[in-house]
Amino acid sequence: MKRHTAIKDSHSELRLYRQRMTLSLIIVTLLLGVLAYRYAALQLFQYEKFVTQSERNRVHVQAVAPKRGLIFDRNGVLLADNQPSYSLVVVKERVENLDETLTDLQQLFDIDNKSIEKFRKRLLRRTPYQSVPLKFRLTEDEISRFAVNRYKLSGVEIKAQLVRNYPEAKAFTHAVGYVGRINSSDQEDLDRLEFNKVNYAATDHIGKIGIERFYESILHGEVGSQHVETNAHGRVLRVLQQENPVPGQDLVLYLDAGLQKRAAELMTDKRGSIVAIDPRTGGILAMVSTPSYDANPFVTGISTNEYTKLRESKDLPLFNRSLQGQYSPGSTIKPIIGLAGLHHRVISASSNVSDPGWYQLPNDDRLYRDWKKGGHAHFINLHDALMQSCNTFFYDLAFKLGVDRIHEFSGQFGLGSRTGIDSTNERPGLLPSREWKKATKRQPWFPGETLNIGIGQGYMLATPLQLAVATATIANRGERPIPRLVQPSDGIRNKVLERQAIMQASRKDLLFTGKEDGSSTKSSAEKFISSLANNIDSRFERFDLSENHWDQVIDGMVAVVHDPRKGTARAISKGMTYRMAGKSGTAQVIGIAQDAEYDEDAITERQRDDALFIAFAPVENPSIAVVVIVENTGGGSSVAAPIARQVIDWAVEAEKERGQKEKPKKENIQQIQAQNNNQLQAGIKKNSGEQADVGLSNIGQNNIQTAISLAESYERPI
Amino acid sequence: MNVQSDFVRSLPGDPAALSVQPSRLRRWHIDVPLLFLLVIVAAFGLIVLYSASGKDMGRVLRQLIYLGISFTGLFVIAQFQVKTLKSLAPLGYTFGIVLLILVAWIGDGAKGAQRWLDIFGLIRFQPSELMKIAVPLTVAWYLADVVLPPKAQYLAVGLIIAVLPSLFIVMQPDLGTSLLIASSGLFALWLAGIRWRFLLGGAFLAIASAWPAWKFLLHDYQRSRIMTLFNPESDRLGAGWNIIQSKTAIGSGGFDGKGWLNGTQSHLDFLPESHTDFIIAVLAEEFGFIGVLFLLIMYLLIIIRGAQISLLAKNTFGRLAAGSITLTFFVYVLVNMGMVSGMLPVVGVPLPMVSYGGTAMVTMFASFGVLMAISTEGVNR
Repeated sequence: MKRHTAIKDSHSELRLYRQRMTLSLIIVTLLLGVLAYRYAALQLFQYEKFVTQSERNRVHVQAVAPKRGLIFDRNGVLLADNQPSYSLVVVKERVENLDETLTDLQQLFDIDNKSIEKFRKRLLRRTPYQSVPLKFRLTEDEISRFAVNRYKLSGVEIKAQLVRNYPEAKAFTHAVGYVGRINSSDQEDLDRLEFNKVNYAATDHIGKIGIERFYESILHGEVGSQHVETNAHGRVLRVLQQENPVPGQDLVLYLDAGLQKRAAELMTDKRGSIVAIDPRTGGILAMVSTPSYDANPFVTGISTNEYTKLRESKDLPLFNRSLQGQYSPGSTIKPIIGLAGLHHRVISASSNVSDPGWYQLPNDDRLYRDWKKGGHAHFINLHDALMQSCNTFFYDLAFKLGVDRIHEFSGQFGLGSRTGIDSTNERPGLLPSREWKKATKRQPWFPGETLNIGIGQGYMLATPLQLAVATATIANRGERPIPRLVQPSDGIRNKVLERQAIMQASRKDLLFTGKEDGSSTKSSAEKFISSLANNIDSRFERFDLSENHWDQVIDGMVAVVHDPRKGTARAISKGMTYRMAGKSGTAQVIGIAQDAEYDEDAITERQRDDALFIAFAPVENPSIAVVVIVENTGGGSSVAAPIARQVIDWAVEAEKERGQKEKPKKENIQQIQAQNNNQLQAGIKKNSGEQADVGLSNIGQNNIQTAISLAESYERPI
Repeated sequence: MNVQSDFVRSLPGDPAALSVQPSRLRRWHIDVPLLFLLVIVAAFGLIVLYSASGKDMGRVLRQLIYLGISFTGLFVIAQFQVKTLKSLAPLGYTFGIVLLILVAWIGDGAKGAQRWLDIFGLIRFQPSELMKIAVPLTVAWYLADVVLPPKAQYLAVGLIIAVLPSLFIVMQPDLGTSLLIASSGLFALWLAGIRWRFLLGGAFLAIASAWPAWKFLLHDYQRSRIMTLFNPESDRLGAGWNIIQSKTAIGSGGFDGKGWLNGTQSHLDFLPESHTDFIIAVLAEEFGFIGVLFLLIMYLLIIIRGAQISLLAKNTFGRLAAGSITLTFFVYVLVNMGMVSGMLPVVGVPLPMVSYGGTAMVTMFASFGVLMAISTEGVNR
């Protein structure tokens, strides 16, 4: 290279270098000073801010879900408990390739595309590092399959939580109800009360229907909290401080599980309802609606397919016939009409009516026929008319009473209005009146319609529960019970008072801040609690009739069962060890809408008469009143009455046994409560034992509640 | 060229020339003050690494092995004659350029970047590491025979030597490394005494070209890193996460720290890359401002010693090489500590001698080996 044209001057080069190096060192020192200042600024001047931030990073206050109260039958049989359940969850941040992982999981665990879709929707609502459930209620088999394959499933975990379980499945579903995952409308409802907003911070499930919904405030308990140390992935490393949640109140029902199962068994393959009530307390002993369904899938989310099948079934399994089914009561209304006649002195015990097999209104050509051609007797009185279910007699009586008096009198038995049972979705039936017809049909009342009401047809509709209450009212001779599913207890009473106070305070807060404007936006919790507050203990609505009148009508009902020659239900009295008062009914099914698709067999089958039977026993000292309704089979005395007899047989026997050994049930319940706890503990321990295999590494706590609620709620600071 | 070194040897104030008997270590071409400082920082680094890796002894041992290799490499390079190093520099540089072209062509993508070259499927080699040493030495080699301050045409060639490898590396893409390599060459030019008008002109050009570079040259992730720097809160859980968490770690350390192994930010995984690029945050959290200050002073002493070596160098090549290596070392410290504390954008630059990782450390120690060779030039066993 030829570039040595100029002569290098080493001295001046070194001088230049010294200058530059000195300048560099000055700049270097300055910049290192800036660095030092920067660190001082962070570590000395802003220390407070960052130390707080790092604490906030590390320590989270988490809500701990309370254990939901258990539900027992009257003898301590468990109807609803909490079982550990395992779900497959995915933490998106730790998954390498989400689509691939999902495809793998789909194959491994047989997950349908709909669930994947739902999962993707849930994925959108999550916060970073939050685990999102993909499949609930894993079986032992699936858990081990996960353990085997987990090496290739990074970001997939199994999480344990306590989930409601209904051990008896179908038979109790309509009586007990069920819980389900909190959805957006539940959340909206909870958010109406500041208290509940906080109280449900760690809760996934809420009562959706039945007792579970009505007693939600009692069953739920109060949320606890804990300070936990978490790492950046939200994984809980240890609990620093904890305030235990208060478990929900257990409920003991009046329901007798044995009777309930017997009743459900008797209704196998039939559509209809049985309601049995203890007239002395108003306690519901059995409440069956068939067909029924298993509530367990609803807890964790039923598949769309399964749900569609249930919803679209012609047999309406989701429909709680006992509370929602509105049936024509048919001849079972006759005792009440008879009582009305006696009370209003329209008839007396000896009044006779001529029965040619039909009845005719004055100035009207139309014949109102009796079910028996040719009539029951030349002349018939009230006793025999009840015994033989003579329509002609009651046409005449109804005509003489008139619709107004029938309406007013029957109302005392609870017909036409909700009974006020401690459950949800009860319907009011229909006790027609002039005013009602004017308002809804814009027509005057016709006398012929009064006749129809006299035999429980026409516009008149009643739920099985209403008929049961009416029957209990007859058995009680004028004391109408408010039906109750749950037995009162101090625990419930205290909880109700407590909740009322909380809700009032919460409401005041809302009013004060002007967020809400009062009653129009009451949450369902408030509604149920205020309804409960008035009705925890047995309560009766009383009205007085002459004892003599009760005797006459009840005698007539006894004859229905026990008259060996003419009683409509005399067949069931064979071998009966007690005396029963009953009344059969065979009601025409009216007004079935024409289906778009004409299917003759189905329609004619569905148009057949409903079979009804009401009864109470023992007559002298009634301990049970029963209603049996079987849809579209016809023959109140041949189909419904034998079922009622079986139910009462069982109940009378149980009552006798109960009288012999008083009150062992309290201990029994305590024992089960203890057992349930142990079982849970065992379940969880088993879990933590399997940690290494199954990956429940974040719940190594001894305290099961902590562990469980940790597992289910660790990403949810309050 | 020998003329030159003869000339330099007679300069006044040269202790090597005046000292009668060099120490034993010095006879093995070891610069004792520099070695002492390096060992202290490396030992401190191991202590921090143990905590930063979550008490992973295996990782500490591996780092120890890397350190062993690094010190060996340092020792070997220190034995070279400075003139040998000078003649090797352009060869290494050319080899490096060839490798960079190969990487661009058949490079093996690791972590989304084509930085590694697989040699016979055995050793994975990062050509940019070679360039970290080759670039300052080659610029120094080139300028050593030029009349300084360099005229425009020599300056242009020096500039090309300095910037060419960076153009390849920034395309890989590795912004941090390319900036460091370019600056190491530029430091040699600066120390060679380029004229202020060139300097100011260059600065103006750099500012003028900043916008097109931002628009066309940078990758999205690099842009987002810079944007996040100005407003980390805008993306708390995304790109801003790292900066927020490292600032929190540093700030919560306070004056005297949370104590060794007690840092919550790193032990609870809030701190990203806690044992590599972000390790200073662990140090700051556990040893507090005291610890940071101690490290800064150590680094400053190393820089001062490096500057001293360069000033005492026997020739222009040694002077420029030692000076630019020292200043580049400073840039490592500045960029790393600046980015972790949220002053500078996050570019992948490790903290010298503390961050976990073999390759960068070996390179760093190799450049210190060059320093030692220059420091002990002419010492004979």
